[in-house]
Amino acid sequence: MSEAYGARQRWGRRAVNTLAGLALVYLFLPIVVIVVFSFNEPKGKYNIRWQNFTLENWANPFVEEELTSALWVSLRVAAISTICATILGTLIAIALSRYAFRGKSGMNLFLVLPLTAPEIVLGSSLATLFLNRGVGFGYVTVIIAHIMFQISFVAVTVRARIRGFDWTLEQAAMDLGATPARAFWKVTFPLILPGILAAALLSFALSVDDFIITFFNAGSLVTFPLQIFGASRVKIPPQINVLATMLLIVSIGLMVVGSVMGSRRRRRLEGVA
Amino acid sequence: MVALGLGAVAIAAEWVTGAASYAVGGVMFVVVVALIWTVIMGGPETRRALAPYGLLKPGVLWLCLFFLAPLWSMMVMSLSSKESRFDFFPSFTWEWSNYSTAFSEFGPQFARSFLYAGIATVLTIVIGFPLAYVIAFRGGKYRNLLLGLVVVPFFTSYLIRTLAWGNLLADEGPVIAVIDALRLEWFLESLQIMDNGKLLNTPAAVIGGLTYNFLPFMVLPIYVSLEKVDVGLVDAAMDLYSSASRAFRKIVVPLALPGVFAGSLLVFIPASGDFVNAQFLGNPNTTMIGNSIQDQFLRQLNYPVASAMSFVLMFIITIFVLLYTKFLGTEDLA
Repeated sequence: MSEAYGARQRWGRRAVNTLAGLALVYLFLPIVVIVVFSFNEPKGKYNIRWQNFTLENWANPFVEEELTSALWVSLRVAAISTICATILGTLIAIALSRYAFRGKSGMNLFLVLPLTAPEIVLGSSLATLFLNRGVGFGYVTVIIAHIMFQISFVAVTVRARIRGFDWTLEQAAMDLGATPARAFWKVTFPLILPGILAAALLSFALSVDDFIITFFNAGSLVTFPLQIFGASRVKIPPQINVLATMLLIVSIGLMVVGSVMGSRRRRRLEGVA
Repeated sequence: MVALGLGAVAIAAEWVTGAASYAVGGVMFVVVVALIWTVIMGGPETRRALAPYGLLKPGVLWLCLFFLAPLWSMMVMSLSSKESRFDFFPSFTWEWSNYSTAFSEFGPQFARSFLYAGIATVLTIVIGFPLAYVIAFRGGKYRNLLLGLVVVPFFTSYLIRTLAWGNLLADEGPVIAVIDALRLEWFLESLQIMDNGKLLNTPAAVIGGLTYNFLPFMVLPIYVSLEKVDVGLVDAAMDLYSSASRAFRKIVVPLALPGVFAGSLLVFIPASGDFVNAQFLGNPNTTMIGNSIQDQFLRQLNYPVASAMSFVLMFIITIFVLLYTKFLGTEDLA
């Protein structure tokens, strides 16, 4: 290999690394803006221009009452819908990864369809159904909508996480005298639990952040994203940035805890084996 | 199973009304009781055979009721009209003109949606591929950390992220300041990225927002397919005197293609139906089909035309999805 050739290759390597670095910078640009502007003391109604550094917003993150109550609405909706969707989705995932049955490939396609349908179609069509049936919009319709898009998501995520799971373990437990229920709860469930929790966390995040589907089915209910959308036309208080930064910190924390627990678990399991 | 789903859809979508819906409900009830009966009375063999259906049932019923049935009501609504001006609610009349209205009045929005979503998809490939490539092949022990970094920005609210782009691109914002300092304005104007010294409220801003918001949907699938590539293959090619770029083109790219296809679908679909980016970063001449559907549905209360537009969007995208799954299956889409 000639000298020039090696140099060219090195430059190519560096160029690709730079491109990847720039892509990461691009990903974080708005995040930096969000965090930085949470320390801004805006003049007027919009928090767009940098004025003065202040800790005021962080000292009083909850003074914007409408914003805070909207956040609570979102968390409540997400809690209920995530629990329901996680149960329903996990059952589907277990059925799909454990059993061979007629209509399985059709089922796989059916599960992917809600994920690949544009949100605006899911939202507007569900709202049409509710209108047709004379169902009043509010908490119930929003939770129904969220469960609908979360089920597929949970099912697909859990299915991916338990792919390759050794279902004969359960058989072994039963051979040793465990009832099927006991074998499931004592052997299978603890092993697939991390996958279920990961899916639940992600679908919780999806629910809190959902805007388009909720927009069509909320009626007068105001979730966090809806509040931001409404506020964006009137005024944007810096508390929005504070709450967004808090959500970011909590999610990063959960992710770190999850990965630490995951690696500790893996080490423990390797120790056993 | 299928019968239960169909029954649920039928009742929800008002195929059957009044007495008939009780009959269908009754049949569904009998089927459920029969199913439970066979499970209780049957031996372990039957139980095992029926177990998957039992597990699938609740979730699938939910999807039938709140995903399939709504699509049906949307289709019915798209062929409805108000018979008199005093009707509050449209009724089914085979009103095909809703579709011609959708195309004649909102043709530009359709065109823009697919154009913007298409450009955004290409941009996410251009930006996402090197990133996924570096994480997969040069990430080493930092792989998971880097993947985390790709996902972390998306733990903040979608709307707030998009508003933050508004801050960045504003007339006195940092991006314009950099462009001014580098004297790049003429260049960007000639590329039609800037418009009269503005970046915010231009088509470029909308496309940029779409690209940003859906970038991880491209990076992650490409990473997943690159991760499976055996680096030994590249080494083997180089040992056999292939150039680096040739090895890349002949080995890495073909193996990454499934990820690129899956990513394209996952970016293009939400981007084409989005209206947040056009709302926050665009101007009245950059509205997309999502803006029109939203406006017709929630503000003009013109449900039939809004449904017709949704239906067309759904139809076009379903064709893409079915073509994709026919050739590549459903595995990579999650």
